[in-house]
Amino acid sequence: MKDFIIPWDDRDYGTPASTATEMVSLTIDGFDITVPAGTSIMRAAAEIGISVPKLCATDSVEAFGSCRLCLVEIEGRNGTPASCTTPVAEGLQVKTQTGKLKQLRRGVMELYISDHPLDCLTCSANGDCELQDMAGAVGLRDVRYEAPKDGLMTTHFLPRNNGHANPQYMAVDHSNPYFDYDPSKCIVCSRCVRACEEVQGTFALTIQGRGWDSRVSAGTSDDNFLTSDCVSCGACVQACPTATLVEKSVVEIGTPERSVITTCAYCGVGCSFKAEMRGDELVRMVPHKSGEANRGHSCVKGRFAWGYANHKERILNPMIRDKITDPWREVSWDEALSFTAKRMQGIIDDHGRHAVGVITSSRCTNEETYLVQKLTRAVFQNNNTDTCARVCHSPTGYGLGQTFGTSAGTQNFDSVEHTDVALIIGANPSDAHPVFASRLKKRLRGGAKVIVVDPRRTELVEDAPHIRAAHHLPLRPGTNVAVITAMAHVIVTESLYDEDFIRERCDWDEFQDYAEFVALEQNSPEAIQELCGVDPQELRQAARLYATGGNAAIYYGLGVTEHSQGSTSVIGIANLAMLTGNIGKLGAGVNPLRGQNNVQGSCDMGSFPHELPGYRHVKLDDSRNLFEEAWGVQIDNEPGLRINNMLDAAVEGSFRGLYCQGEDILQSDPDTKHVAAGLAAMDCVIVHDLFLNETANYAHVFLPGSSFLEKDGTFTNAERRINRVRKVMAPKNGYADWEVTQLLANAMGANWNYIHPSQIMDEIAMLTPSFAGVSYDMLEEKGSVQWPCNAAAPEGTPTMHMDGFVRGKGKFIRTEYVATDEKTGPRFPLLLTTGRILSQYNVGAQTRRTENVIWHDQDVLEIHAHDAENRGIRNGDLVRLASRSGETTLRAEITDRVSPGVVYTTFHHPDTQANVITTDYSDWATNCPEYKVTAVQVAPSNGPTQWQQEYAAQAEQSRRILPAAE
Amino acid sequence: MPAEKITRMANQIARFMESKPHDEGVSLTASHINDFWEPRMRRHLFAILDAGGEGLRPLVIDAAPNIRRPEPVA
Repeated sequence: MKDFIIPWDDRDYGTPASTATEMVSLTIDGFDITVPAGTSIMRAAAEIGISVPKLCATDSVEAFGSCRLCLVEIEGRNGTPASCTTPVAEGLQVKTQTGKLKQLRRGVMELYISDHPLDCLTCSANGDCELQDMAGAVGLRDVRYEAPKDGLMTTHFLPRNNGHANPQYMAVDHSNPYFDYDPSKCIVCSRCVRACEEVQGTFALTIQGRGWDSRVSAGTSDDNFLTSDCVSCGACVQACPTATLVEKSVVEIGTPERSVITTCAYCGVGCSFKAEMRGDELVRMVPHKSGEANRGHSCVKGRFAWGYANHKERILNPMIRDKITDPWREVSWDEALSFTAKRMQGIIDDHGRHAVGVITSSRCTNEETYLVQKLTRAVFQNNNTDTCARVCHSPTGYGLGQTFGTSAGTQNFDSVEHTDVALIIGANPSDAHPVFASRLKKRLRGGAKVIVVDPRRTELVEDAPHIRAAHHLPLRPGTNVAVITAMAHVIVTESLYDEDFIRERCDWDEFQDYAEFVALEQNSPEAIQELCGVDPQELRQAARLYATGGNAAIYYGLGVTEHSQGSTSVIGIANLAMLTGNIGKLGAGVNPLRGQNNVQGSCDMGSFPHELPGYRHVKLDDSRNLFEEAWGVQIDNEPGLRINNMLDAAVEGSFRGLYCQGEDILQSDPDTKHVAAGLAAMDCVIVHDLFLNETANYAHVFLPGSSFLEKDGTFTNAERRINRVRKVMAPKNGYADWEVTQLLANAMGANWNYIHPSQIMDEIAMLTPSFAGVSYDMLEEKGSVQWPCNAAAPEGTPTMHMDGFVRGKGKFIRTEYVATDEKTGPRFPLLLTTGRILSQYNVGAQTRRTENVIWHDQDVLEIHAHDAENRGIRNGDLVRLASRSGETTLRAEITDRVSPGVVYTTFHHPDTQANVITTDYSDWATNCPEYKVTAVQVAPSNGPTQWQQEYAAQAEQSRRILPAAE
Repeated sequence: MPAEKITRMANQIARFMESKPHDEGVSLTASHINDFWEPRMRRHLFAILDAGGEGLRPLVIDAAPNIRRPEPVA
C-alpha cells in the first residue's frame, strides 16, 4: 500500500500573510477581493490566483521591492508601483497586465538576462528556476545588450573577456558540503540575505559592494560559506530563485519528479519536510511551508544530514551469534527470528517471565513503539519496558503530571509569536532545537525579552545577532531547584503573583502552604548566592521580569531534568507558571523541549514500565481490563523495571534478555562501565538498529532496521503534534521496523496480523482517550493534529489547560533544595556538565555518518582559562578527564562560555565516550540519570586512556562479520 | 541491586517527601515506591528493612507498613 500524497497548497504568495483583523476590499483585474489590511497587492492577487511576475519577492521574507518586475497600475495613482511593497487600500482598482506593464517588465527581464549565462540546458536549476519562469512569463524573446568589446565593462558570468581574465567573475564556492554558491548565476535579489536574517536569524550573509559591484557574500571577503557564520540551515538555498545557491544533490542527480510530505527524524521540533524524489532516489529534503511546527524552516540536520540512510556501514541482513565474543554470522530472517524466539523463550522458561524486557525507541514511530511495549506486556507478560525518555524527560512526566495532571508541553510552537518574556532554563535551543530557536529569535528581535538560566553562556545570552538576554543567571550545575525556588520567593514576597488566577484555577490552601515555604528567608536570592553563584539582584530582576513582563513562557531542556532533583525542578517550573497565571493562554505556558523526534510519542505510547498507553498506571484495574480485553491476555499489575533497574537486575542475574529497538544505551546511558557489565551479563541481547551501534558490541542478535524514509507511521513532537511519516522508498533491509517487531512477536506465538501501520493507530485510538479522534484519514485531511484529540476536542488541542487543569485544580508543591550527593572535593574539584552541538545529534549514530562531521569531528572539553592555566593546559591540548566512575581523553578548548570551576563537553563520539565519566546517580522520582553534574578532574595527557584502548579493541573484535554461508 | 543503591534511592524519595506534613509524607513515600518500584526492588528494600533498616531515613521506615511486600521468590 502506497501513501503518496500531493503536497498541500505550497504556492508562493510573494509576501507574508498579514495578521490584521481589519479587512479591506479592492478590485484586481476586475475581480473583487477582500483581504486583511496590510496585505500586499501582490499577495491579494495571488489569493485570487493571479501571479504577478516577481523575482525578489517570496513569502518567507518581507517585501524588498528591488527587482521591479512586479509592477502594477492603480487607477488614480501615478506611475507603476511595485505590487510587493504596496499595501492594499479600500476601493483600489488594480491592473496587473497592461501594455505599459508588459513593456516595462520585458525591459527589466532583458537587462537581467543580459548579465546571466544562457546555459539553461546544462544548468542544475533547469526546470526549477524562477528567472527562467519569469523570462517566459514576460515573453522575453531577444536580448539586445551585450558586454562592450573594449573590456571596460563586462558581465559577471564570463571567466574571460576579450582574452583577459574578467575581474568581475567569481568561481563557484564548493566549500559547504551540502550546497554550492555560484556567483555567476546570481541576480542579487537579496532573498538569501533576507532569509538568513529574517528566517534563520544568523545574519551570515550580506550584499558586499554597491551597484554593479554588489555581490552576495558569506562573512568577510576572506571567508567562504564554510568559514563564515553560516549554520547551513538551507534557508538561503530555499529562497534562491536561480541556480546560485543549489543543493549538491540536485547538481549530481537532477531535479526531483515528485514530492512526499513527511516528518524529520531528528529533534523534538518535528519539522515537516517534502521528500523530493526521483524514482526511489531521494534528491533533497525541503522544509514544508504548511508544516505547523517549522512553518517552512529547517536546520542542517533535517535539511541535509539524511545521507546516513545509504551509508556503507548500514547493516541490511539479520545476524546472530552464540556468544558476544564470536564474530557475527549473517543469516536469513527466518533463522534469526527462530534463534531469537528460542533464546528468549528459553530465558522465560528457566528464569520466569520477568527475566526479559524491551527498550522502545524514541526515534521510531508511535506505531512501532506501541508494538514493542505490547510485545513485552502481551507476549512476555511483564511490564519491563522503558525508553530513552527515562534518561531525558521522565522528570517532566512526573513533575507536570503531579502539578497539572498531564505530562506534556502546554503550547504549540506558534505560541512563541505571542510571547513577551521567554524564560529559558537548562536548554540551548540554538544547538539542540534550531528551528524553534529561529522562531524564538525572530520574536526576540521583534521586542520580546529573554532570561537565560544556564551554567554556560549559550548563544541566546549575547552571541546571537541583535539579541541580548535581559538576564543571564549562570548558576552552578545542580542548583536549579534553589534558583527556581528563589524566583518564586521574589514573586511571593514582593506580591507579584496573580491572585485571581490562583484563586480560580489552583487549590488555595496548597498555594498558601507553598507561599509560606518559598517566603522563608533560606529561599531568598541572597541566602542561596553562596550555593548557586548567582548575583541576587540579577535573580530578583529576572523574577520580576518573568512575573510582570506580559505573556511569559518557560522553555526548558535536559539541563532541568537530568539531575538528582530533576522532578523537583519541573515542579518548581510549574509552580512559577501557576503563580503568575502564565498558563492556559497563548504566548505563555510550560514547554519542555523534547530531545528526540518521537520522545513525546514514545511516552504517550506506554513505553514506561508503570503505565499503559495514555499514561494509565498498570495498577488501575479499569485500564488493565480495557487492554486485556483488546489483547486477550492478562496484564501484570506490578510496575516493571526501568532501564537502570534492568541493568542492575542483569548484573545480579535476574534479568537476562533484552530487545532494544533503535537506542544505543551503551553510549547514551550514564556510567558506561555499569551499562557494559549489565549487557555482558545477559543471555540474549537483541539490537534492532540501522548500524552496529555500541550496544551491539554486547548483542547476540542484530535485526537490521529501516530508516524513516522507508516506512509509514507517525511521530509526535514536543508540542504534542502528531505528524505523518511517509514511506518514500522500500525498506532496504526488507522490512519496516513495525514488521520486524511483529515477526518477532509471532515467532513467539503472538499471532498479530497488522498489514499497515494505520491499523495500529486505529488500535491506539480505540484504547487511548486522548487519541480517540486520531486516524490516518484524519491526518491526511488535516496534515497534523495536537492531542488530546477526541469528542471534546475534535480539532485537537493547540493550547492546554485553557479552561482548567487536566487534574482539576492546579497543585502547588513545595520544592525544597537538596544538594546532590555528587560533590566536588580535592580529588575531583571541577563540575562537568554535558550537552549537544548543532551539527551532531545525540550519540551521533546518524550525523557521524554524514558530511556533518566537517563541523564537529570530535568531542572537545570546554574549560575556563583560569582552570586551564592552573593545570598547564593550552588550547587544543589532549587532556585526561576523570571522575570516580572512569576516565577518558579528549582535546581542550579554552573558553569563557563556562565559568571557572565548570567544564563542558558533548557526547556525540563513542571514542571519547563522555558517559564513562558520568555516574549512576539519578533523579529521586524517576531515576533519570544525573548527566549534568559530575565531579571531575582534568589534567594534561599524552594519549588515550587504558579504558579507551580496551574499549576500541573490544568494539573492533565484536564487530567482526563472517561471510554469509550459502 | 546493591543495598547501598536501594538505600540511596529510597532516601532520595523520603528526602523530597519530608517537606510535606508527616502523615502525608508517609503515605506518599509508600505510594511512590508502590507505583514505581518493581517487585525485585521492593524485595531488596524489605531485606534492608527486615534487617533493621540501617541507613534508611525515618520516613522510609515509617512508610514501610504501607509499602506492598512482594511475594517471596518461588
